[in-house]
Amino acid sequence: MKAETPGQVVPGVIQAKKTYRLAFIAQELRKNKHYYLLMSPYMLIFFTFTVVPVVISLLLSFFYFNMLEFPRFVGWQNYSRLFLNDDVFMIAVKNTFMFAVITGPISYIACFLFAWIINELSPKVRAFMTLVFYAPSISGNVFFIWLIVFSGDSYGYLNGFLMRFGFILEPIQWLTDEKYILSIVIIVQLWLSLGTSFLAFIAGLQTIDKTLIEAGAVDGINNRWQELWFITLPSMRPQLMFGAVMQITGSLAVADIATALAGFPSVNYAAHTIVTHLMDFGTIRFEMGYASAIATVLFLIMIGTNKITQRLLRKVGE
Amino acid sequence: MAMRMLAAFRMQRKLNRSFTVSFLLFALLAAFGAFMALPLIYAVSNAFKPLDELFIFPPRFLVNNPTLDNFFDLFALMGNSWVPLSRYIANTLLITIIGTAGHILLASAAAYPLAKYRFWGSRTLFSIVVLSLMFSGHVTAIPNYMVMSWLGWINTHASIIVPSLAFPLGLFLMKQFMEQIPDALLEAAKIDGANEYRIYWSIVMPNVKPAWLTLMILQFPALWGTDGGNFIYSENLKTLHYALGQISAGGIARAGVGAAVALILMIVPITLFIISQSSVIQTMATSGMKD
Repeated sequence: MKAETPGQVVPGVIQAKKTYRLAFIAQELRKNKHYYLLMSPYMLIFFTFTVVPVVISLLLSFFYFNMLEFPRFVGWQNYSRLFLNDDVFMIAVKNTFMFAVITGPISYIACFLFAWIINELSPKVRAFMTLVFYAPSISGNVFFIWLIVFSGDSYGYLNGFLMRFGFILEPIQWLTDEKYILSIVIIVQLWLSLGTSFLAFIAGLQTIDKTLIEAGAVDGINNRWQELWFITLPSMRPQLMFGAVMQITGSLAVADIATALAGFPSVNYAAHTIVTHLMDFGTIRFEMGYASAIATVLFLIMIGTNKITQRLLRKVGE
Repeated sequence: MAMRMLAAFRMQRKLNRSFTVSFLLFALLAAFGAFMALPLIYAVSNAFKPLDELFIFPPRFLVNNPTLDNFFDLFALMGNSWVPLSRYIANTLLITIIGTAGHILLASAAAYPLAKYRFWGSRTLFSIVVLSLMFSGHVTAIPNYMVMSWLGWINTHASIIVPSLAFPLGLFLMKQFMEQIPDALLEAAKIDGANEYRIYWSIVMPNVKPAWLTLMILQFPALWGTDGGNFIYSENLKTLHYALGQISAGGIARAGVGAAVALILMIVPITLFIISQSSVIQTMATSGMKD
């Protein structure tokens, strides 16, 4: 680079800073090469299958791509179509937020509440109750049992029960009646949602230092609610944050259960979510660019919700 | 002094606990426990129902005349199928075991430096991992398929196993646990001449056993329940979950077999959890470290 004006001093300084910085990085890499080596297998796979795909998805959302022709750049067209011209997407957004606002907080509080109560029990009972609450979330596709419970004919368990005791005279079409679909998916979702966070809370509660509680009693804490707020919750902040992330991400990604219970597509899109909308365009219509735009919007919604919640959780016990 | 005596007195009973509130809380626990357990009990009892009880009206909750017919029907059905049942079982076991063990190994190897040291890029890398916890796999589903096809991994078990090795959840949890290991322990090992790999393997790993089991409990059901997704097409590569799904898709005629299938699918992860849970709790109780 040739410059005759005094301005050349500035690039010179930047150059020096840059070489200094590069030297610093090189030194860091050499000094900590064992750590980088330990991390490399995991990071290689992680970047290939998680980080790079997010970037691809982001880029692809500005193209028209149908898997056969070469991608064609369309600018913001996918996004403008998504927000201005796609009524079904608006239904999907509404449903997704409905699910998330109800199942997210309820399941989070339930996870903590039950973990907290279970923690008071004797070890054997505790192990059993942990199993009872955790089992649904690891039992695979057993939520199909709810299909039998809410089956639309009189063999359905709920219909059979209600008819037998005379609450209703003829079976209700639980899973094809728009009035009920959303609530049923929410109930089943809640049943399945005491998963990872619940386990993390159980584990976290057991690692709380007992002497802290005794010291707290000396300092005037005299009931379980004070103990919960001043000792238990602050001691568990890492697990609480983690649990929030799990429950939020899970509650925004409702799709498998909605599809299994209400069908795909559901009646009048009553159980249509952003994820099912994404699957519709990605795996059925092969409009990959448009599907990527949906994925990008979903990505931003999930990250945004998580960030806001984390900010709130930092205040716990303060 | 009076305060201390009062505190000692309270500790002799139970600290900070009143009987009425305890009773109410346990009642709540029992009520929701029933809500959680009843569908599973129903699933178990269904698997042992003879056909006439499955279609009885009004539907009955528990089985009256338990029978193993459904299971015999299942084995007869699988014996006649084109690919033997053992093949599906072997595929599922391969995916689940390699995926789970490899995940624990890779995630903990990556978690150790991130938990215990600061170096160039460490914070950035970890915050990317945390960020990736905040969105679900649906976001990356479409590009993932393209990456797989570039790698030529479509229709291989690698397409299921390899991505599962780097689930961000495992690394995150492992790092959280590893932060509790006292630095003094690591420094003592270093003074004794152990290198980083040695420290990772013989000091860090034995100290994070609860985390291994936690990772296993999280990873196992996901892989056990995989049906191959969009990646596996050949019948001889497919998993048990897929095969059993095909049977239960048989509808009314296969209702009994379907119930048996559901029982088999749910019983394995639950059994594993029962076995590992007790040792998670055991190790947890003794892992209270103070730095």
